[in-house]
Amino acid sequence: MSMPAYIFTLWRASVFVAALVPLAWWGWQVANNMAGPEPGRYLLLNIGLGALWLLLFTLSLTPLTKLTRWKGFNLIRRQLGLWTLAYAVLHLTCYVLFILGLDWARLGSEIVNRPYIIVGMLALLGLTALGATSNRWAMRKLGKRWKTLHKASYLILALVLLHFLWVVRADMQEWFVYALVGALLMCLRIPPVSRTLPKLRQRLKQSA
Amino acid sequence: MLIKIAKPGDLHESEVTPESVYLSRRRFMGGLAGIGAGLAFAGNTKASEQRPDYNDVPQSDAPDWFKAKRDAAEWQAVVPSDPAQDKTAPYADASGYNNFFEFGTGKSDPARKAGTLVTEPWSVVIDGEVNNGGRFALEDIATPSQFEERIYRLRCVEAWSMVIPWLGISLADVIQRAEPTSKAKYVRFETLVDPDQMPGQRSSFALIDWPYVEGLRLDEAMHPLSFLALGMYGRELPNQNGAPLRLVVPWKYGFKSIKSIVRISLVEEQPLNSWQQIAANEYGFYANVNPDVDHPRWSQATERRLPNSLFNTNIIDTRMFNGYADEVASLYSGMDLRVNY
Repeated sequence: MSMPAYIFTLWRASVFVAALVPLAWWGWQVANNMAGPEPGRYLLLNIGLGALWLLLFTLSLTPLTKLTRWKGFNLIRRQLGLWTLAYAVLHLTCYVLFILGLDWARLGSEIVNRPYIIVGMLALLGLTALGATSNRWAMRKLGKRWKTLHKASYLILALVLLHFLWVVRADMQEWFVYALVGALLMCLRIPPVSRTLPKLRQRLKQSA
Repeated sequence: MLIKIAKPGDLHESEVTPESVYLSRRRFMGGLAGIGAGLAFAGNTKASEQRPDYNDVPQSDAPDWFKAKRDAAEWQAVVPSDPAQDKTAPYADASGYNNFFEFGTGKSDPARKAGTLVTEPWSVVIDGEVNNGGRFALEDIATPSQFEERIYRLRCVEAWSMVIPWLGISLADVIQRAEPTSKAKYVRFETLVDPDQMPGQRSSFALIDWPYVEGLRLDEAMHPLSFLALGMYGRELPNQNGAPLRLVVPWKYGFKSIKSIVRISLVEEQPLNSWQQIAANEYGFYANVNPDVDHPRWSQATERRLPNSLFNTNIIDTRMFNGYADEVASLYSGMDLRVNY
């Protein structure tokens, strides 16, 4: 199926706006005293969860392309990846500003002492490395190694899920759902499984 | 068949205090006088007969006996020593932002979901090492005691805190009336289990093995600061805050202050509380507020006093025993609080 170019421009622009909307919504809630007695923590948790959603969206693009062959999914991969990084940076910023109160000495001791902070920081470092190498120049420079490097996004997903698991206190249900989706996306990249996706597409087409 | 219907004004049989209890209560109160003097350090104890202005607080239909006790309450029997820092949190925050895992894991879940909790009628089983045990209607537990308002700091183990005006009765009073035997060393508390009323108990991913259980050493429970709340902000407890009867132990982390209590047992052995059961390395039996002993996952040195804002995070230093050290430190003399966290 071929689509006119403006459709893809529109598609990319809508994805950009859609990624901005949650931030605007939470900001509006905080400004209107709708975020509870601890607005900083409200932002921290929502933005952190938002980063996980974005990472899961980003990693679902390859399987979706294989399943549909629509090139629109490929066109938003870099954008969603960079949005994931942006949310993760905002998440850390909220932590430093609203939980630590800009106490840099405590940031140091927390990074050293708290496993969930260490794992979160590692995930953020990973996202930063992928973000920094997401431009054409880096892609050319890295050549074949670029793909290998960017498969680290799955390792980052595992770190993020571990970071999330370590803040769970009383009930695992929410975490379990995210972990299940994450595990599914990982499985879809195992070669024998990923080879079945185009076949599945054929079968869906025939039955349609 | 003659069915005797009690008139509202009739005295319940359970309201008549047996002489032995009456006498032991007097002895007990005499013994408390010394500690009572210490309690003054908790703040200016300027009890008043005037109910503070809680006009913004939504009222609901409390039972008549509750209203009668409330109207005769001793208001502001305990208030914070530093009112400038320890400002009472707005009712909307104290009732809209808390943990009550029986109703979900989010801080606003209890307020959204606790409407299903039925608090009337309510009875509490008092059993174990007591001479005067049994199942008691809430009214019969509460009405023999003087209602008091106590404005306490509540420090959550998650490093946030609020100042809340509780309305209720002394825990020691209730225990004393149950007449503990010489074998009683600890007090074990249990929350209601009813998955129909409590959606959190229906989750198959819950880490808590219901019922939620908490415990105190008997001398901690008998301490004059230990409190059984039936109300807050001059009204009865809203469901999400542990209606109709909850514990408030202000020098311990909030999770010790068990909600919606259905059972109080005097026991010989130290009870295993729910959080200890889940993660003994993170939550001990004592759970005294202690800025020097970190939770493995976060620091306990400071706390965020709520409500706060983006521009004023209100981070303050956490105090030993949540600022009640003058009153309670002697309970733990000679104990290593790093080991007994």
